[in-house]
Amino acid sequence: MTTTPTTEIRSSPGADEAAVRKAIASTARPPRASALSAAFTFGWRGMLKVKHVPEQLLDVTITPVMFVLMFTYLFGGAVAGSTAAYLDYILPGILVMSVLFTTVYSGVALNTDLTKGVVDRFRSLPIWRPAPLVGSLLGDTVRYLIAGTVIIVLGVILGYRPGAGVTGVVAALALVITFSFGLSWVFTTMGLLLRTPNAVMNAGFMGIFPLTFLSNVFVDPATLPGPLEAFVKVNPISILVNASRGLMEGTASAGDIGIVLATAAALTAVFAPLTTRLYRRG
Amino acid sequence: MASQAPLAIEATGLVKDFDETRAVDGVDLAVRSGSVYGVLGPNGAGKTTTIRILATLLRPDAGSARVLGYDIVEEADSVRSAVSLTGQLASVDEDLTGRENLILIGRLLGLKRAGAKARAAELLEAFGLAEAAARLVKNYSGGMRRRLDIAASIVVTPRLMFLDEPTAGLDPRSRNQVWDIIRSLVAGGTTILLCTQYLEEADQLADGLAVIDRGKVIAEGTPGQLKASVGTGALHVRLLDPDQRTEAERVLGRELGAVHLDPDPAALTAQCSDADRGAEAVAALARSGVGIADFSLGQPSLDEVFLALTGHSAEEGPPEQPEVIEEEQPA
Ligand SMILES: Nc1ncnc2c1ncn2[C@@H]1O[C@H](COP(=O)(O)OP(=O)(O)O)[C@@H](O)[C@H]1O
Ligand SMILES: [Mg+2]
Repeated sequence: MTTTPTTEIRSSPGADEAAVRKAIASTARPPRASALSAAFTFGWRGMLKVKHVPEQLLDVTITPVMFVLMFTYLFGGAVAGSTAAYLDYILPGILVMSVLFTTVYSGVALNTDLTKGVVDRFRSLPIWRPAPLVGSLLGDTVRYLIAGTVIIVLGVILGYRPGAGVTGVVAALALVITFSFGLSWVFTTMGLLLRTPNAVMNAGFMGIFPLTFLSNVFVDPATLPGPLEAFVKVNPISILVNASRGLMEGTASAGDIGIVLATAAALTAVFAPLTTRLYRRG
Repeated sequence: MASQAPLAIEATGLVKDFDETRAVDGVDLAVRSGSVYGVLGPNGAGKTTTIRILATLLRPDAGSARVLGYDIVEEADSVRSAVSLTGQLASVDEDLTGRENLILIGRLLGLKRAGAKARAAELLEAFGLAEAAARLVKNYSGGMRRRLDIAASIVVTPRLMFLDEPTAGLDPRSRNQVWDIIRSLVAGGTTILLCTQYLEEADQLADGLAVIDRGKVIAEGTPGQLKASVGTGALHVRLLDPDQRTEAERVLGRELGAVHLDPDPAALTAQCSDADRGAEAVAALARSGVGIADFSLGQPSLDEVFLALTGHSAEEGPPEQPEVIEEEQPA
């Protein structure tokens, strides 16, 4: 379309009939791709898109940087008395928040994909049905990893020193990404139910914003009025933040980690089959 | 392996509703193995929906179909293992390069990494896309995109291919390239179900043809039978000077045969189903000193087929002034 006819004449002599015939004759059908191999192939597709349009990583790098700087320096003094003390409190929380916000884009991306003809081809292939979805979410975990890493590196530059060192940070990051993988199935379901990418974005953030702000990401729940405190304490995001803080400081409770993993598993168990059903239906 | 079923596609009474719209309304199809079967119909006739049902992307609300002997609902996975789909929207990933697209499909179909790469290279070469292999598909021209799309459909040779309007929106040169590829595929033994809005395309490629309108098959036959029911193509000429019409009639009569004088005193029409002969006839007119205001050459259009088959679309011109086929059908 953007290519001029002249370009086409230069670059595409057209098909060579003898070669086309040979190409048709030369294949035997290989054994079916395994479920895992199909999913990883879709993950590779996600990586290729990042490679071709690296700008799309701006979302997952600039936003977290803004969050860290803004919250630390804007509210640090007021909420925790000093920016250094607040950074210690808020960094694990911002890690969780940034990565969770990124999961919304998984639904947006799926919705965008659906408007393209290539999905019809995927759906007509003899592959493990959830492979396109599992694969693109696996690809998305790389984005989550980037967002998380940006936050931690920036935190360390600003003076954050996690008590449990590198091991703790890696464990926290792994936990956050596992939870995000589970949560992203909710947004892929939305991505298949709603009509436009924008609608997915709005609905996604309408859900995740209040949940994030009504958690312990920014403030100690003990300072909140009773009913609110009760909600904040059972909010799964608060539990994820507690577990991440614990892992980074070396004080994690197995109970918190268990709840986070169970929640991720439950979200996957409910929403992964739902997403797959909707995707198949088209 | 499946039995050598005599029919590649056998559909009876397919029905599909979308809310209020009945997109497919009792379609029966019988497609022989090894043939190209055309499904001809205007926009909104239900061609794409029919293809999507047969390719297992949609479940029919009623009716049943077997593709290569497999039931499209009960044995959908077996169908998918034996067919490929080139959709109406180009079914390639615009954000990847041509090579990556083919490797992706190869890997998904079970080729190993090296095998998928080699296959991609072979196909890119065969389809004249080797130079564009590393460019993003979004920068491809319509013709290149279509060729890549078809290449993606034969990464592993399918026994049956669905092609949904493979030349819509292409310039004549790209269209001819796509036609050549389709002919090669057929020569290689692949059965093809081809949806199209162009009678000429069906005429060029299809062995058998169903004309579909509002979800129903309204006629079936070979392209020859269909065209015979409509009349062949025609060369229309308008002269600068009506006084030269007798001379023009003589020349065209010599070059092409039956000539018809139009109500417009400066216009005449000759039967002509071959573009080269039409061009020669126009040249002969010019040589004999006849001044030509304009001329056009056309096959009977889909509109005319419809007029002939159904009698509706009465707002079309009188039958003795057949319309010239257009590259684009009105939406
Ligand atoms: N997903 C859909 N939802 C609602 N209506 C649809 C859908 N797909 C097709 N239709 C309608 O069904 C009819 C047949 O469409 P289609 O099969 O695309 O026709 P064709 O391919 O012959 O142009 C049209 O009226 C179209 O608007
Ligand atoms: Mg269509």
